[in-house]
Amino acid sequence: MNLRAFLPLAVFAVIAVALGVGLFLNPRNIPSALIGKPVPEFNLRPVAGRANGLATADLKTGEPVLVNVFASWCVPCRIEHPLLMQLARGGMPIFGINQRDDKGGPWLDETGDPYKRTGDDRNGRASIDWGVYGVPETFIVTGDGRIACKHIGPLMPNDVETKIKPAMADLKAKGSTDKCSAG
Amino acid sequence: MTAELGHYALVLALVVALVQCVLPIWGAHRGNPSFIALAPPAALMQCALLLLSFSCLTAAYVTSDFSIINVVQNSHSAKPLIYKISGVWGNHEGSLLLWSLILAVFGAAVAVFGGNLPPALRARVIGVQGFVGIGFLLFMLLTSNPFLRAIPAPPDGMGLNPILQDIGLALHPPMLYLGYVGFSMAFSFAIAALLEGRVDPAWARWVRPWTLVAWCFLTAGVALGSYWAYYELGWGGWWFWDPVENASFMPWLAGTALLHSAIVVEKRDALKSWTILLAILTFSLSLLGTFIVRSGVLNSVHSFASDPARGVFILAFLVVVVGGSLTLFAIRAPTLKPGGLFSAMSREGALVLNNLLLATAAASVLLGTLYPLFLDAITGQKVSVGPPYFNAIFIPLMTPLIAALGIGPMLAWKRGDVPGAFGRLKFAFILAVLAALVGWYVNGFGPLLPLLGLGLAMWLGASVLVELGERLKLFRVPFGDSWGRARRTPRATWGMSIAHFGMALTIMGITVSETWKTESLQVMRPGESVMVGPERLTFQGATMVQGPNYVAQRGSFAVAGNTTPLEPETRRFSSPQMDTTEAAIHSTPLADIYAVIGEADGKGGFAARLYWKPMVLWIWLGAVVMVLGGIVSLSDRRHRVGAPVRREKKAAVTPAAGKA
Repeated sequence: MNLRAFLPLAVFAVIAVALGVGLFLNPRNIPSALIGKPVPEFNLRPVAGRANGLATADLKTGEPVLVNVFASWCVPCRIEHPLLMQLARGGMPIFGINQRDDKGGPWLDETGDPYKRTGDDRNGRASIDWGVYGVPETFIVTGDGRIACKHIGPLMPNDVETKIKPAMADLKAKGSTDKCSAG
Repeated sequence: MTAELGHYALVLALVVALVQCVLPIWGAHRGNPSFIALAPPAALMQCALLLLSFSCLTAAYVTSDFSIINVVQNSHSAKPLIYKISGVWGNHEGSLLLWSLILAVFGAAVAVFGGNLPPALRARVIGVQGFVGIGFLLFMLLTSNPFLRAIPAPPDGMGLNPILQDIGLALHPPMLYLGYVGFSMAFSFAIAALLEGRVDPAWARWVRPWTLVAWCFLTAGVALGSYWAYYELGWGGWWFWDPVENASFMPWLAGTALLHSAIVVEKRDALKSWTILLAILTFSLSLLGTFIVRSGVLNSVHSFASDPARGVFILAFLVVVVGGSLTLFAIRAPTLKPGGLFSAMSREGALVLNNLLLATAAASVLLGTLYPLFLDAITGQKVSVGPPYFNAIFIPLMTPLIAALGIGPMLAWKRGDVPGAFGRLKFAFILAVLAALVGWYVNGFGPLLPLLGLGLAMWLGASVLVELGERLKLFRVPFGDSWGRARRTPRATWGMSIAHFGMALTIMGITVSETWKTESLQVMRPGESVMVGPERLTFQGATMVQGPNYVAQRGSFAVAGNTTPLEPETRRFSSPQMDTTEAAIHSTPLADIYAVIGEADGKGGFAARLYWKPMVLWIWLGAVVMVLGGIVSLSDRRHRVGAPVRREKKAAVTPAAGKA
C-alpha cells in the first residue's frame, strides 16, 4: 500500500472538517474588536489653522462624544459634512481625526469646522489604532473614554435619528447602550 | 399544472438516475452485457426528463406564474422578457436545475458520441455521471424544490435582484456551469478508469476534448464574470479575489493543468495517476465552488441566500463524492502501470513544470479562500484574506510559468534541446527586455514590477510567433511552402499557439492597465472640467430618467474630441428596493474612459468617479482569444474521427494524407 496516494484524501479530510465547523459559525457577524475597549493611546497635533490638537486624555470629558474620522479628499465626507455642522450647532460635542490629508485645514476654513478639537493624522497611524478601514467612520466614545459605537461610512440623517442620538441618550442616562450593534 | 409536471419529471429523473448509476456499474463489474447496454438509454432518458422539468420552470417564468414561490421571489411582471428567462437560473433552486440539466446533457453526450468507447468503460462513465446526478436531484427535491406552490398566489412577484438584471450576468451562470459540470466528464472518466484499473492513451484521447470543452466554457464564464464586475460594480476593478470569484478560478487553474497533463497521457502514456488525480481535483473544486456559493460558509457580496441545512447536505455530498473518489484513488492509483520515461528537459518536463505551478497556484487560492474559515474555526478570530496575499502568491508563481510557456512548445518530446530552444528564442528575449526597458522609461524609472509584466507578456507573445515561424519555416522557404505547412499543421497545434497568444494579451492588459491607470474622485458641478489621464472630461449636469422598472439619475460627461458623451447612471429599482450603478465606459483597444456618477451634495454638485484605464480591454480580449484557441483545437480532425495517433505522424510525412 502506497501511503503517498492517501495524501490528497488526508488534505480533503482537513478541509471537510473545517467546512463542517464553518457551517455553524455566523459569518455575518463581523464584530469590531474595539467596542467596549478604552480608546487607543494617541496624541495628534492640531489640523492647520486650529489651536487644539487631539489626544487620548481629551476624550475623557465625562460626557459621551462623537469622534469622526474624515479627509478633504473623501467624497462621502463632503456628503456628511453639512449634517455634522448641524449637529455641532445643536451642541453635540464632535472631535475630528483628519486622516492622511494635507489640505484638511483650508477645507475646514472653507466649508466650516464642526469639531471641538482636531487631530492631524498625517501618516494614518492613529486611525489604524482606532481600527478604521475607510473614511469616513464615526465613533461614540463614553465619558470615561471607552468606544461604545462605530459607524462605517457617511452619517445620514436616518443614522443620527435611529442610532447616534438614542445611543448618546442611553449613555447619558445609564452609562451603557445596546442601540448600536457592530457596524 | 406546469409546476406539478416539472416536479414529477424531477422525481422520475431521480429514479432514472438511480438506475443509470447502479445497474451499468454493477453490469460492468460483473460482465453482464444487458446491464451494460442499459447505460445509454438511461442517460438519454435522464436528459429528456430534466429538459422537460427545466422547460416547465422556464414556462412558469415567461408566463409570470406567481402561484410558484420561486417565480414570486425572483420575477416580476414588469421585467423585460430576457430577464424573466435569465431569472430561471438567477436563483438558488433554478440554478441547481440548470446544473442538473447540463450534467444530464453531458451524460447523454457520452451515450450519443461514445459509440467507439469500449461498452464497459462507457457504462461506467455514464454510471458515475448518474451518481453525481443523484446527489443534485436529491438535494433539489429535499431542500430546494423550485416548484413549490405559493398559496394564495400574490398578485405580483418580488423581482430579480437588480444587480443581476444585466445581459452579462444573464449569460455568466450558464457559461460557468457548462464549465464546472463539463469537468464532470473528466471526473467520470477518471473514476471509470480507476474502477477498471487501466488508463491507456485512448482514455486520454476521450478525456481531452471534453476537458477542453469545459475549459472553454469556464474561461468564457470567468472572463464574463470579471467583465461584469468591471462595468457593473462601478469601482473600475475587474477582479476582487472574492471567495465566489476564487470558486470559479480554482477549477480554471486545475482544469488548465489537467488539459496539459492529459496531452502527456495521450502522446506519451506517462503521468497517468497524476492526470487522474487532477481530473478528480478539478471537479472537486467545481463542487467546492458550488458549496462555497450556496452554504453561507464564506460570505461574499454576490452569493445566493445562504442556509445551513443546505450546507449540511452539500457538505455530506462533497464528502461522499470527493472523499469516495480520493479513497478509490488512494487504493487504485498505485496499481496503475507507470508509463514512458522522459528527461526533465523535454516537452513532458515543461508540461510537468506547468502542472506543478498551476496546481500550486490552485492550492494557494484554496488556502487563501479557506484560511479565514480555518482561523475562525480554530481560534474564533475573524480575518479576511485580500489582494495583497493573492498578488504576493501569484506573481512568483506565474513568472516561471510564463517564462517556461515560451520555451515549452519549442522542446521535443522525451528529450529536448534547451540551449537550442533558447537560441531560437533570442529574438523574443531581446523584445521582452526592450519592452521592459521602454516601460521602465515611460513609467519614470518607477517600480520594477510592471517591467516584469511587460517583459513576460512580450516574451510569451513573441515566442509564440517565433515558434509558429519556425514551424512554417516562414521567410526561409517560398511563401507557398509555408502556406502548405500551415495547412498541414494540426488544428490542435494552431489552437495551442492561439491560446498561448491570448494569455500574452491578457498579461499585457493587466500590466498596462494596472500600472498606468489614473483615477479622479471629486464633487463636480455642471460645466466643471477635469483631466483624467490624457483626457479632458467636462461634467454637463445630471437628469432623472425613467427606465422600465427603475428610475435613474443620469449624469453626462463630455469627452474632449469625442462626439458622444459618457452617461453613467445610478439606478433605483423599486422591486426589490435597491440602487445599482451603471458605469459609462468608452472602450477602445488603447484605453477605456470610465465614469461613475454618485450622490448629489445638495448644492448642485455630484460625486463623480472617473478613470482612465489604458489597454484594460486586452484582459478580456485575451480571454476571447484563449477560448478561440480552444475551439480551433477542438475542431482538430483527430477529435472528429477519433483517429489513432499513428496516422497523424504518417500525415506529417506524406503531405497528401493531410489534405483528406
